[in-house]
Amino acid sequence: MAGISLHKLRKSFGALTVVHDVDLEIADKEFIILVGPSGCGKSTTLRMIAGLEEITSGELIIGDTIVNDVPSKDRDIAMVFQNYALYPHMTVYKNMAFGLKLRRAPRDLIDRKVHETAEILDIKHLLNRRPKALSGGQRQRVALGRAMVRSPAVFLLDEPLSNLDAKLRSTMRSELTKLHRRLDATFIYVTHDQVEAMTMADRIVVMKDGHIQQVDTPQALYDRPTNMFVAGFIGAPQMNFLPVTISKQNGVPVAEFDGNSLPLPTRLIDRVGVDYAGRDCVLGLRPENFHERPPIDVDPALTVPVEVDVELAEPMGAEVHLNAALRSRSIVARVSPRCQARAGDRLTLTADLSSAHLFDRETERAIGA
Amino acid sequence: MSVIADTPTRPLPARAPISRRWRKVLNALTAYSFIAPNFIGFAVFTLGPIVFAFALAFMHWDGSNPIRFAGLDNFWKLFSDRVFHAAFWNTIIYTGFVVPLTLICSLALAVLLNQKIFGRNFFRTVAFFPYVASLVAVAVVWNMMFHPEFGPVNMVLYTLGVDPSDLPGWAADRHWAMATVIMFSVWKNMGYFMVIYLAGLQGISSELYEAADIDGASGGQKFRFVTLPQLAPTTFFVSVMLIIQSFKVFDQIFMITQGGPGTSTLVLVYHIYNEAFISWDLGYSSMVALVLFLLVLVITIVQFRWTQDRDEDTA
Ligand SMILES: Nc1ncnc2c1ncn2[C@@H]1O[C@H](COP(=O)(O)OP(=O)(O)OP(=O)(O)O)[C@@H](O)[C@H]1O
Ligand SMILES: [Mg+2]
Repeated sequence: MAGISLHKLRKSFGALTVVHDVDLEIADKEFIILVGPSGCGKSTTLRMIAGLEEITSGELIIGDTIVNDVPSKDRDIAMVFQNYALYPHMTVYKNMAFGLKLRRAPRDLIDRKVHETAEILDIKHLLNRRPKALSGGQRQRVALGRAMVRSPAVFLLDEPLSNLDAKLRSTMRSELTKLHRRLDATFIYVTHDQVEAMTMADRIVVMKDGHIQQVDTPQALYDRPTNMFVAGFIGAPQMNFLPVTISKQNGVPVAEFDGNSLPLPTRLIDRVGVDYAGRDCVLGLRPENFHERPPIDVDPALTVPVEVDVELAEPMGAEVHLNAALRSRSIVARVSPRCQARAGDRLTLTADLSSAHLFDRETERAIGA
Repeated sequence: MSVIADTPTRPLPARAPISRRWRKVLNALTAYSFIAPNFIGFAVFTLGPIVFAFALAFMHWDGSNPIRFAGLDNFWKLFSDRVFHAAFWNTIIYTGFVVPLTLICSLALAVLLNQKIFGRNFFRTVAFFPYVASLVAVAVVWNMMFHPEFGPVNMVLYTLGVDPSDLPGWAADRHWAMATVIMFSVWKNMGYFMVIYLAGLQGISSELYEAADIDGASGGQKFRFVTLPQLAPTTFFVSVMLIIQSFKVFDQIFMITQGGPGTSTLVLVYHIYNEAFISWDLGYSSMVALVLFLLVLVITIVQFRWTQDRDEDTA
C-alpha cells in the first residue's frame, strides 16, 4: 500500500516560498500528473516527495508513516530525472543494477531483474554500452529501467519525455501508460505539457505559483475548470475568453457582449442567480464551440451567429484552426477542413453557448462549475 | 565564419587575381609569422640547450677547457657512481610517497572545502597559501617548526609524553630527513592540486548525487561510485603533473636539507647540480640529466597508455 498524502506541504528558499501549503491525497497505484507553467513548483513538490528537498513545513505521508525525515532510500520510491542522470562511467547494465547492488541483493537476482526489465523496455542489446553511446530515447528507457529494477511502490518522473522528439514522445506516452498498468505502482509525473497530462493521467493536479488550482480527472478538468487559469491551461488551442456583463432580459440573466445579448444555459442561469446582475464576468468558449453551420444537436435557443474576420487559417489535417477577430477580440475556432476560409475573409460562425463557461472577472473563479 | 566568407561582396578590382595555390601559401606564411616569435624564443632558449645537453652527455667538459669526445665514458660511470645510485633511489622513494600523499591530501581537502561550511573561502585560501608563498619564507618557518631542539612540533610531542631520546631529529636526522622533505612537499603543493580538484568536483552534476541518493547510496558509496570515477580525468592530470614535478624536485630539498644529512635526501636533480656546478663535470651531469629525462618520459608514456587502455575497455 503506498497512498501518499501531502498535508500543508510548504517549501521556502530563504524568504521565497515556492510551494504554498499544498494539500493532496494520492491513491495507491494512481497515475497522477502535476502540470503547470514553468517555475510553478512542480519539480520542487516532486523533489520533496523524493526526499531530495527538505520540507519547510507540513507533513508528507507515504503508506501510513510520516516520512518528512526519512531519507530517500528508505521511502520505497524511484525517480526518473529530466536529464536522465545516468552514471556516465557505468554501462547500462551497471546503471540499472546499481540500486540493487547497494542493497546487497544476491548477484543472480540482480542479473535476473536487470534482464527482465531490459526485455520489457527493449534495451537488451544495449546492456554493455555506456550512456554516452545511446540516443536520447534509449537513455530515457535506461533511466526508466533503472527505476524499475527495484520494483518501488512509487515512481516519480520529472518531465521524462521533454527531451524527446514529438513522434517518440507520443509513442512513449502510450508505453508509459501500459507500463503503469503492468507495474502496478503509484506514478507521480511532472510535466508542463497538457497533452501528456490529458492522455496519461488518472487525475491531474494543476499548479500555478506554488498553489494547487484544481485536482481532477482529465475530462472533469476540461469540462468543469474551477478558474480561468485552469480553463486556459487545459485544452489546445486554449479557451476563448470574452468580457461580458450580466444583465436581465425578461427576468432571465443573459451575457451582454459588445451590445449583443448572449443566452446562457440553465446550468449557468441557476448559479448566476440574483447576485451577478450587472456584474462584470468573462465568458469562456472552447474553440470547438464555434461551428461553420448551426449544430443540429444543440437547442437553437442557445446558439448565436457571430461574424468574424479570419486572420489566419491553420490547417491541422483533421481540422482547421481559424484565428479570427470577433469584434476586435481574438478568438480561435476549430472547424472542419472543408472550411475554405482564408485570411481576410468575413465569415459567420455559430457559437454554441450550451457548454459555455462563466468566470467572475475579479476573482477569475468559475461561476457555474 | 563561413557565413561571412560566403556572402557575396563586391569584387575588389584593385587587387590582381591571386591563384588558389598562392593564396594557400600566403595563408600558411601568415600563420607561421604569428607563431615565429614564440618559436624562435623556444628554439634559442629551450630546444638548443636541450640538444646541447644531450650531446654533452657524450663529452668531457669542465666548462673552461675545450670539449672532448668521451664516447660512453659517462654512461659507464653511472654504474660505479654510488652517489648516483643513492640519488636514483631517493628520487624514486620521494616520488613514491609524494605523489600518492599529495593526491590523497589535495582530494580530501577539496572534498572538505567543497562542502557548504562556514568560512570555506577562508580555509580554501589558507590551503592554497603555501603554494603561492615564497619558498624561502615558508621553508624558514618550516625549519623553525621542526627544529629538533626548539621547534614547537617536538615540544608538542614531548608534552604528549614522547621520550626526549626518541624525539625525531627531522631534517637533521638521516632517518627522518626524507620524511621531513616529503611532508614539506606535500604540504606546500597540496593547495594547488586542491584547486584543480575543486574545479573537477564542481564539474560533477548534482543530479548524479541525487540519483545515487535515490538508489540508496551512503556518503561513502557516493564518493566511491560517483565522485571518484567522475574525477578520473582530473586525477590523471594531477598524477602526471605530480610525477613529473617530483622527479624534477630540487628547490624544496635545497631549502630544507641541502640533500643531507649525508646523501639521505640527495635526489637526481641535486646530483646533477652538484656534478655540474660543484665538480664542474658538465658531461657527466648531462648524462645523469639524460637518465632523468628518459625516466620521466617512460613513466609518462606508460601512464598515458594505461589510461587509454582503461578508457577503451570501459567505453
Ligand atoms: N534551490 C533553489 N533556490 C531558490 N529558488 C529555487 C530553488 N529551486 C527552485 N527555486 C525556485 O522555485 C520555483 C519553482 O521551481 P521548480 O523547479 O519547482 O519549477 P517547475 O514547476 O518544475 O518548473 P519547470 O517546468 O521549469 O521545471 C522557481 O521559481 C525557482 O526559481
Ligand atoms: Mg521542473
